[in-house]
Amino acid sequence: MITVSDLRKVYRQGSNDVVALDGVSLEVPTGKIHGIVGHSGAGKSTLVRCLTLLDQPTSGSVAVNGKELTNVDSDALRNARRRIGMVFQHANLFDSRTTEQNVAYPLELVGTPKKEIAEKVAQLLELVGLTKFAKGYPSQLSGGQRQRVGIARALATDPDVLLCDEPTSALDPATTDEILELVRKLRDRLNITVLIITHEMHVVKQICDSVSLLEAGKIVEHGDLEAVITNASGRLASTLLPLPGEAPQAEGAGRVLDLLYTGAQATEPVISGIARKFNTDVNVLAGSVEHLGDQQFAHLRVQFAPDVDIAAIIEHLESTGIAVTVKEAK
Amino acid sequence: MDYFTELLNNPGITKAMWPATVETMQMVFISSVVSVVVGLLIGILLHTTDKTGLAPMRWLNVILSGIIVNITRSIPFAILMVALIPFSALVVGTSLGPIAASVSLTIGTVPFFARLVETALRDVSSGKIDAALVMGSTKMQVIRKVMVPEALPGIVSAITTTVVTIIGYSAMAGLVGGGGLGRLAYNYGYTRYELEIMIITIIIIVIMVQVVQILGDWIARKVDHR
Ligand SMILES: Nc1ncnc2c1ncn2[C@@H]1O[C@H](COP(=O)(O)OP(=O)(O)OP(=O)(O)O)[C@@H](O)[C@H]1O
Ligand SMILES: [Mg+2]
Repeated sequence: MITVSDLRKVYRQGSNDVVALDGVSLEVPTGKIHGIVGHSGAGKSTLVRCLTLLDQPTSGSVAVNGKELTNVDSDALRNARRRIGMVFQHANLFDSRTTEQNVAYPLELVGTPKKEIAEKVAQLLELVGLTKFAKGYPSQLSGGQRQRVGIARALATDPDVLLCDEPTSALDPATTDEILELVRKLRDRLNITVLIITHEMHVVKQICDSVSLLEAGKIVEHGDLEAVITNASGRLASTLLPLPGEAPQAEGAGRVLDLLYTGAQATEPVISGIARKFNTDVNVLAGSVEHLGDQQFAHLRVQFAPDVDIAAIIEHLESTGIAVTVKEAK
Repeated sequence: MDYFTELLNNPGITKAMWPATVETMQMVFISSVVSVVVGLLIGILLHTTDKTGLAPMRWLNVILSGIIVNITRSIPFAILMVALIPFSALVVGTSLGPIAASVSLTIGTVPFFARLVETALRDVSSGKIDAALVMGSTKMQVIRKVMVPEALPGIVSAITTTVVTIIGYSAMAGLVGGGGLGRLAYNYGYTRYELEIMIITIIIIVIMVQVVQILGDWIARKVDHR
């Protein structure tokens, strides 16, 4: 479990202060994968640096399994850091070391016996599927393989938390999915808590159990994936499940609604149900339906004839658990 | 035929050439070893005490960078060497011979090498240093196990450049009491105008430089896994 409370970070840029983190609080329970998304400049990198104490937070605290990382002496900090495994965007492997020496690095630091290191490294490389590259150097590996080495290295100290900073931003889509699959597998097997910083919604949809939206140093929205994706008034819903391409805007005389729904309703004939019940035509302008995990999510934009009782339709939809937003006709 | 017999009997070659070569090698060896050890240390300190470094320490950085390195580096070597004669005498008891010359050679090249080391260390990406820190390394471990090994190809090239520079400087040092090939070239080649001695001296020095360069490049390639 990782607990962040009221984390603040103020940078001095020349004569003015930049508030990079403005009271971030966050808790990720053991065994969960939490995503933190945000635009450029939102404070994602700052958050990572403060979580690992690479930068000293201005105030607030970070704790892993109840153990404080903030306000401890440098020995305690070094030990606490070993509870966090970190995966970087560009892997940050040591070019002077072979694959196995890279993975062995965190174990060497505390003087682990050679034999024990060899066993642990072999086990980790097996876990990430790189056994046959053990003697190779990072420069001989592909981006995805390098990231796997980075993950193995991060896991060498059996950390409680895996902190991933843009782990797939430098990878192609196929490799991205491979790495995300690996992270999920590791979580399942090791019951490790995972925190993924990313700007790719795809990553969130693929593996996150819950998500936070960081904006100007504040978490402006957070919750379980299912909750945020169906929260029509939230900002994450429309970015997580966008309408395809240039979805037609509300046009002409008809009334236009955006519908967000999940699970049970997604398998029911919602549209034809309404058409029958209210005896009207329903025109689907755009829609996207996705399977995330074992859930199905739908985002539809529909248009009704101008003369329908739109209030009744909205009431009916909401009573079945569908989130509705009225789009103003232009 | 006569020419070669004469050449082989020339005392400049039979008697003086070998000892001079040995003296030069002594000077180069001693000053290279000391410069590399001391310069590596200062280079690491220059890099780590910088305000964005691993252990920022303003006062030490100012002293090392501003005062020692920059000032020493702006003094032309010929002048530095002459100025250091009394100091060499103090350190090794004499101002003559290759050992004395090594003192000023070393002082002249340490700042140069330290700067090269600093540059090589700066090329190690900060992400690697962050990774090492996040994994729980002490600062000393970061330096020994990450920073220096990652910068090794650059450091080896820096050593090569420095040794080549020292060979060049050693000829100059020879003129003011250091002996060696520089002295030989001056005594025979310049004062007596024996062209052969001059040419042979040049050939020996060129071979020395080439050997160092080729060896250095080879080692740099060996340690470079990037
Ligand atoms: N070392 C620093 N000194 C001063 N200001 C900084 C520093 N690091 C970050 N900032 C400021 O903090 C804010 C947040 O930056 P941060 O790098 O955390 O954003 P980010 O979310 O990681 O963006 P990106 O997606 O582009 O990486 C920015 O306004 C930035 O200018
Ligand atoms: Mg960033």
